[in-house]
Amino acid sequence: MDITLSTIDKQFGQFKALDNIDLHIESGELIALLGPSGSGKTTLLRIIAGLEFADGGAVYFGGEDVAATPLRKRQIGFVFQHYALFKHMTVRDNVSFGLRVRKGETRPDKASIRRRADELLDLVQLSGLGDRYPHQLSGGQRQRVALARALAIEPKVLLLDEPFGALDAKVRKELRQWLRELHQKTGVTTLFVTHDQEEALELADRVVIMSDGKIAQVGSVDDVYERPASPLVFDFLGSTNRISAQVQDGDLVVGGQQVARYNGDQTGSATLYVRPGDLRVAGAGDPGLEVTVLNVQRTGPIVRATVEIPPTGQRLAVEVPHLHHDVKEFVPEQTLRLRLMQFSVFAAEPEFIKDGVSTPHLIGRERLRQVQ
Amino acid sequence: MPLSSRSALPGFHLALGYTLVYLSLIVLIPLAGVFFKAAELSLAEIWAILSSERVLGALKLSFGTALIAAALNAVFGTLVAWVLVRYDFPGKRLFDAMIDLPFALPTAVAGISLTALYAGNGWIGQWLEPLGIKIAFTPVGIIIALLFIGLPFVVRTVEPVLRDTEKELEEASASLGANRWQTIRLVLFPSLLPSLLTGFALAFARGVGEYGSVIFIAGNLPYVSEIAPLLIVIRLEEFDYAGATVVAAAMLVIAFVMLLVINGLQAWSNRHKVRNQSLALPVQGGKP
Repeated sequence: MDITLSTIDKQFGQFKALDNIDLHIESGELIALLGPSGSGKTTLLRIIAGLEFADGGAVYFGGEDVAATPLRKRQIGFVFQHYALFKHMTVRDNVSFGLRVRKGETRPDKASIRRRADELLDLVQLSGLGDRYPHQLSGGQRQRVALARALAIEPKVLLLDEPFGALDAKVRKELRQWLRELHQKTGVTTLFVTHDQEEALELADRVVIMSDGKIAQVGSVDDVYERPASPLVFDFLGSTNRISAQVQDGDLVVGGQQVARYNGDQTGSATLYVRPGDLRVAGAGDPGLEVTVLNVQRTGPIVRATVEIPPTGQRLAVEVPHLHHDVKEFVPEQTLRLRLMQFSVFAAEPEFIKDGVSTPHLIGRERLRQVQ
Repeated sequence: MPLSSRSALPGFHLALGYTLVYLSLIVLIPLAGVFFKAAELSLAEIWAILSSERVLGALKLSFGTALIAAALNAVFGTLVAWVLVRYDFPGKRLFDAMIDLPFALPTAVAGISLTALYAGNGWIGQWLEPLGIKIAFTPVGIIIALLFIGLPFVVRTVEPVLRDTEKELEEASASLGANRWQTIRLVLFPSLLPSLLTGFALAFARGVGEYGSVIFIAGNLPYVSEIAPLLIVIRLEEFDYAGATVVAAAMLVIAFVMLLVINGLQAWSNRHKVRNQSLALPVQGGKP
């Protein structure tokens, strides 16, 4: 079922949690709501579910305004970060809860409820664990029970609030893949909230990036990663180097060096955004940025180098795969030219950037950011 | 477990020894004294005392009123705890502090004020008496006194558990299509049950042993509103020590068995084995 959000507003006291949100989600899509904490992504999810109510605007399910439909009649599968399993019920009873609370004729008989619960447990690969209690399961297993429970009511929409946030990195990776497969099998319109850009990019058909209660960009994974609409989006999707630059006659100039051709909209002073992994050693004749290598760190699959742009002393981070032929060029105190394989140029930032490297986002940890 | 097993926590022997000595001095020896004193009488004499109508009536009254009061408190105490945990309202802190008053107040004070309220010419009693409802000097009065005494036990045991119950459980239940009543019955109640039983047991135990507040409002008519603890005091005043201890021993045994049963229930509900709720929901069809 498709979902349309129209001019959604939500205020908590003085704090504007959501500001005029418009969004259309096609039937069967898998959407990630990505953003730093406090960006309003969870609030938006809860409003769609009916756990929270918007101050203004409307939510349409398949063209129908659901304002008057209470949570329990919306047929929403909601999965909570901390599972919210019923501790006193067995796994099977948890899964079948949504069927057992039905009334009258819509309620299947005992045998079919049991069969349905066991089918769902097969689907989430927990066959045979139906008689256990939640406290006897691991975190990843519990979250799968929570998913099976949500799927039992044959939801029109599946909403997941940071579903893998409480799990460790390895389990999280497994569950991601598994959720992707499950979505392909069931085809239920699915929205999930995450602050982990890797999770969002890996799982979703489309990513909705939120910031300060507004949508910063909506698009396919390629759209948002290759063509970020704003510095904020660029910054949020991975580690970033920021460099003060000038645009002169279609050339990008950093500290007097012509570093790349540029045919975008910015003119005059600008800020150049480039990811550490998009810097490579330039061949003879290529445009490039002359830098001095300060130090090199080998971290398994990736070699990280810190380099300095000589005239300004600004530092950049460079990442090269460990088997790449560039690696041997990175020797401390060596001077070399770097080619910008891919970059974005945005309006100049107010003050001069001394240390242009912004911290990479750590997976599974929300970074609190002050956006002016 | 062997007593000599090594443990990272030091002081096991000392702690166990201390616990045993303390329990013996404070609880076990005085209680054993009751049975020794009672054993001065022959079995026939004991039976004669216990089967006398006055003693039977007193025991029935004591345990019956304590059970009813504890059950009522379990229901309304949970409601009070619910309100305290879930809602914010002006004067909440004051309200919260008031709950503990029955703990602190000399129970005789409670008894006197309740009697003044519910007596035939009291503030409340004067309105009830024309309707034919008598509260003071009847078992109903005893129940009211025990309600007052037992309330904080239920509230204070249920409150923390209720506070720890995630709101998400209710949200999950509602998102799965359960209505409010089903959520309370199937999700909230089972998670509260162990603490509710504890509160019930405490209120019940307190109610059985309560003396001060009850004797004022009960009127103490033999066979009607004379509680067992009072009967014991009366026997003592008649220098009938053996008779008093026989009644006391009977109370002890009954109370012990009942608390044991409640404890068993609690352990059972705590093992998350509320089996009867698994697939056997009563069908509620019919009503729209």
